Amino acid sequence: MSSHEAWIREPLVLGDKSYHDISNDIARPIEGKANKQWWIAFTFAVVAMLWGLGCIMYTIGVGIGTWGLNKTVEWAWDITNFVWWVGIGHAGTLISAVLLLFRQKWRMAINRSAEAMTIFAVICAALFPGIHMGRIWMAYWVLPLPNQFGSLWINFNSPLLWDVFAIGTYFSVSLVFWYIGLIPDFATIRDRAERASKPIRVAIYGLMSFGWSGNARAWHRFEEISLVLAGLATPLVLSVHTIVSMDFATSVIPGWHTTIFPPYFVAGAIFSGFAMVLTLMLVMRKVVNLEQYITINHVELMNKIIMLTGSIVGVAYITELFMSWYSGVEYEQYAFLNRASGPYWWAYWAMMSCNVISPQLFWSKKLRRNITFTFILSIIVNIGMWFERFVIIVTSLHRDYLPSSWIMFYPSWVDIGIFVGTIGIFFTFFLLYARTFPVLPIAEVKSILKSTGSQYKK
Amino acid sequence: MISTKEIHGLFGDEEVLKASAKALVKKGVHIKDVFSPFPIHGIDPIIGVPPTRLHIAGFIYGLVGMGLALFMFWFTLIMDWPMNIGGKPNFSLLQNLPAFIPIAFEMTVFCAAHGMVVTYLIRNNTYPGKKNWNPDSRTTDDKFLIQIDLGENSVSKEEIEAILKETGAEEITQK
Repeated sequence: MSSHEAWIREPLVLGDKSYHDISNDIARPIEGKANKQWWIAFTFAVVAMLWGLGCIMYTIGVGIGTWGLNKTVEWAWDITNFVWWVGIGHAGTLISAVLLLFRQKWRMAINRSAEAMTIFAVICAALFPGIHMGRIWMAYWVLPLPNQFGSLWINFNSPLLWDVFAIGTYFSVSLVFWYIGLIPDFATIRDRAERASKPIRVAIYGLMSFGWSGNARAWHRFEEISLVLAGLATPLVLSVHTIVSMDFATSVIPGWHTTIFPPYFVAGAIFSGFAMVLTLMLVMRKVVNLEQYITINHVELMNKIIMLTGSIVGVAYITELFMSWYSGVEYEQYAFLNRASGPYWWAYWAMMSCNVISPQLFWSKKLRRNITFTFILSIIVNIGMWFERFVIIVTSLHRDYLPSSWIMFYPSWVDIGIFVGTIGIFFTFFLLYARTFPVLPIAEVKSILKSTGSQYKK
Repeated sequence: MISTKEIHGLFGDEEVLKASAKALVKKGVHIKDVFSPFPIHGIDPIIGVPPTRLHIAGFIYGLVGMGLALFMFWFTLIMDWPMNIGGKPNFSLLQNLPAFIPIAFEMTVFCAAHGMVVTYLIRNNTYPGKKNWNPDSRTTDDKFLIQIDLGENSVSKEEIEAILKETGAEEITQK
């Protein structure tokens, strides 16, 4: 069979698969029964989720005084977690949109799960500004609705409102982008269930597949909409974290008020997003036996992106330091001196070593292709990126202009509980997804089989 | 006995199907549709699928979204209830526009994407509760199917079947 891909490129689908094998391999977790490990993981996730929901109820009932915030540090864990989750939510759309535009075929193995991860991460992220409002039942006040308060409208000049629109658009567009790709795969599951005479599964996947039949006209439109949605989602994904960074950058707080924030945040978001994709994929490929689809080659390619974005983040950190000195503004200089050598020095140096030093180890090809090392490093990066947001937010606030109001921030058990809860929500959703949704795009993997399958490269 | 209305040729490979479709069209056979588990590149010109205008619709939806956003800014913050926010020029949409760009962009993307998705689902005739109409359930797995409506064709049934068989159809069914 002819191949129009360079012969020296490593195959993306190993193990001499036929089209039918691909359907079988990807449908297996959906059609089979969950094993013991899945139930154990699911139980832990649900317990964490329930604990978090309990803490959220407590917050709503008593007020945000239950958090560790004080008059000087008015933003801390909640916004740190918000930015952290939004950042994690960036890899999915980046993989499916930007890599589609660049015609990177290796995205096929990871895009579906990365998009799922995006959606669940954005749900976790959106929770924090919601509950930080205090009176969450008035959350609809962020929408431009006619009201009885003397024609008072929402403030379109405010970056916090930009965020509402950015996150809302990002979430809903990612969701439909994901679902458009899922429809043909649900149809595959539906038709398999029909042949296996499983009426309940036929009904459920029949409903979810919207009656997809795979005719030529539909596929023609499918390709068109995938491409145009990718074209729309690419600037969208860049805009979202840009706008998140503007929550800080448009303020006058030393340490926040910097023009480097938008590209710096976007690079950081991709960095942490890919780290989380790797954490999840390395476990998933093992658990559901997809090592022939998510290969070492895929892991290495993702590690290269981690190395690149990690280096961009490192350059941004150093540029920030240089600019604070070069600006000649003593408040700016103090903010950065305080970060590195003040009471939160440990957070700063944790961030520096996790985000700047550790990804540089990926210059070694041996380490890039080492699964255990990659897994550990992906977790280190996730921790580092959490500290980055903590450093930016808390250390910039805790020593403000009046030394009499200088104070430390300590999280309360409710702060920690809600954070643990969002991790629970995320994994509950992801584990349910891994058992009920096709975790790889069946149709798209089939479409690249002939150009990149191992048996066609011999 | 009901007379045959449709002929379905089932194939195991998309390249074989493409060659067969070419041969059929050359003989003047009109192919009603092709069903496949993934998009077959290059099939559209052979069976005469016109290029979709979905992207044009998307562009228009985007313009509508941006127009809506600009109207919203003008009506709420300029016309109805101007507020002094950080001394920004609240008397003119144009002068206050830099602060409105992010939301104008988001609204453009929002309307373009969702408008296009709704149009896509309507044009494909897919919606929740719709029953699938692929003639053979294996076409979402590993088989490829050519659907020929005899009512639309002047070529005889036997001749079509002969071409299908000759060009490598694994199964030929009449309906």
